Amino acid sequence: MAYDKFTLLKSTAVPLPIENVDTDQIIPARFLKATERKGFGDNLFRDWRYDGDGNPKADFVLNDPTYSGKILVAGKNFGSGSSREHAAWAIYDYGFRCVVSSFFADIFKNNSLNVGILPVQVSPEFLDKLFQAIIANPGTELEVSLPDQLIRIVDTNESESFEINSYKKHNLMNGFDDIDYLQAMKEDIFAFAEKSRY
Amino acid sequence: MSKKSTTLFDKVWDAHVVREIEDGPDILFIDRHFIHEVTSPVAFLGLKNRGLKVMFPEKTFATADHNTPTINQHLPVQDPLSAKQLEALENNTAKYGISHWGLGNPRNGIVHVIGPENGITLPGMTIVCGDSHTSTHGAFGAIAFGIGTSEVEMVLSSQCIMQPKPKKMRINVNGKLGWGITPKDVALYIISKLTTAGATGYFVEYAGEVFRDMSMEGRMTVCNMSIEMGARGGMVAPDETTFSYIKGREKAPTGQAWDDALAYWKTLKSDEDAVFDMEYHFDAADIEPMITYGTNPGMGIGISQSIPTAEEAGGGKASFEKALNYMGFNESEPMLGKKVDYVFIGSCTNGRIEDFRAFASVVKGRKKADHITAWIVPGSHVVEKQIREEGIYDILTEAGFQLRQPGCSACLAMNDDKIPAGKYAVSTSNRNFEGRQGPGSRTLLASPLVAAAAAVTGVVTDPRELLAQQELVEA
Repeated sequence: MAYDKFTLLKSTAVPLPIENVDTDQIIPARFLKATERKGFGDNLFRDWRYDGDGNPKADFVLNDPTYSGKILVAGKNFGSGSSREHAAWAIYDYGFRCVVSSFFADIFKNNSLNVGILPVQVSPEFLDKLFQAIIANPGTELEVSLPDQLIRIVDTNESESFEINSYKKHNLMNGFDDIDYLQAMKEDIFAFAEKSRY
Repeated sequence: MSKKSTTLFDKVWDAHVVREIEDGPDILFIDRHFIHEVTSPVAFLGLKNRGLKVMFPEKTFATADHNTPTINQHLPVQDPLSAKQLEALENNTAKYGISHWGLGNPRNGIVHVIGPENGITLPGMTIVCGDSHTSTHGAFGAIAFGIGTSEVEMVLSSQCIMQPKPKKMRINVNGKLGWGITPKDVALYIISKLTTAGATGYFVEYAGEVFRDMSMEGRMTVCNMSIEMGARGGMVAPDETTFSYIKGREKAPTGQAWDDALAYWKTLKSDEDAVFDMEYHFDAADIEPMITYGTNPGMGIGISQSIPTAEEAGGGKASFEKALNYMGFNESEPMLGKKVDYVFIGSCTNGRIEDFRAFASVVKGRKKADHITAWIVPGSHVVEKQIREEGIYDILTEAGFQLRQPGCSACLAMNDDKIPAGKYAVSTSNRNFEGRQGPGSRTLLASPLVAAAAAVTGVVTDPRELLAQQELVEA
């Protein structure tokens, strides 16, 4: 599915300083019953965001008008648990384009890259700095440059570089996906399959 | 140049690399692809929108398990959204010529139970599925891991997946497991030591006496839980236990093909001097029946221990307090004696025949505690049949339990099997995340023995006490 190309993102951010946010929290299983990819953003963090009657919980950050933006800054080990890509869809559909944490679960990281979300892994120290800056001033802007692989706090100019392999970087910057690549090498795959043991 | 020493993982991975992308992922050929109703519809939609075909339909196998009811499976599925997903799977598999063991099929069941059960899962394979517990199949010496829906579309359309090669970890557990200690306890013990992120970025090989002595069912339970410490997967080198499990199963090789396969499978082990990026050693004698007290599978302790303080547990204090608050527990409280409302035995973690044998060994001659609601859910129709044939059904019925029909059930509560808000469930499944078993549900992960002990006493109980009484009665 097509996604918006990612180059430079300058935005305020939403802080979620909780560790081990699992994909069941990002989107509970009972909302995985769709046969199409739409509307998942409405149920992003459903049970933290709404009570049993569907009323917004005032103390959850997505319900706090103080914070907004296209960047989600979260505690370490973000996206653990289930492989549901619906978690990444929900984050994208809600309007986030980048998630920053000091550690990501593997499958979530892959899923994010496949749907056009940039996962930015920073040091625990820089993550603390981000939380402090955002909470002290919710208007704090962050700038994420994919070409430079750099995340920067605009006001203070403090920055840190992040890792991404050049293949995925190229894909995200151009809106390409892995299926296009694999379709272009079908002959090689058929040849490999000929020799396959199973 | 002398041949480089390699690990079991390297041997299987390297044999499947179609292409290496410079400063990018490897392109890995996939031997077996399992699909189910929840994570496949959008992938099929993607194929349709791009006008692509399924490249090798004979390498993909479909089952319905995640959202299916566990009673009255002969009736139409009541939930319209679930029914629509099941119908989509039926239509998509028919359209592309994919084998589908749907609801009502005698081979239907949880995807990670039926793959091995029918000989679809074999040593040395690469296996993927849009489900994180695909790691289960690693018990056979396969590289098996969970993928997202975009990747399901990739495998359908190209039989390949792009993955950066993970680092390698070996976890050794040596010695003999004590009486009443099960593979689930081994898994929960390891995760409690490594934490839920301790193996992120790694593929794990389980080695040592404990795993060599373990049945295939037990190895599947351990490999299943690999993802709960962040690992992409876990594997055990195949041996005689593996080969005798596979032999004679429906889709296992036969005749000359069996001999050829066996010769190859016997080469699937890490070289003596193979180097791992990380290695852990544990002693079987340190493991007791385990139970979790928090909201991730790393928050587990021996059943006789008390809940740690935030300082003892390590990690962030706020997250720890949030977890205990959700569970309604306090630091330093003992787990033994805590009241339980629900018991769930089943799932791809503990839904195999051995698990029901264990459960029955405790409940035999006892009665279900009055206030307990118990959901006994076999992993497949084959397991259900075994339960009946072995007399386990009669033991369960006499003790006041009802047997349900196969499916994922209360493990993720996509169907009606939901634990109500605030209630405590001792569950043999794999995740105790907030709301995992229903909004507001509180999960205590444990083995089938601990689940059985809770089911008959109504509180968290060390199953060894009951087993000891059992032995006295029977002696």
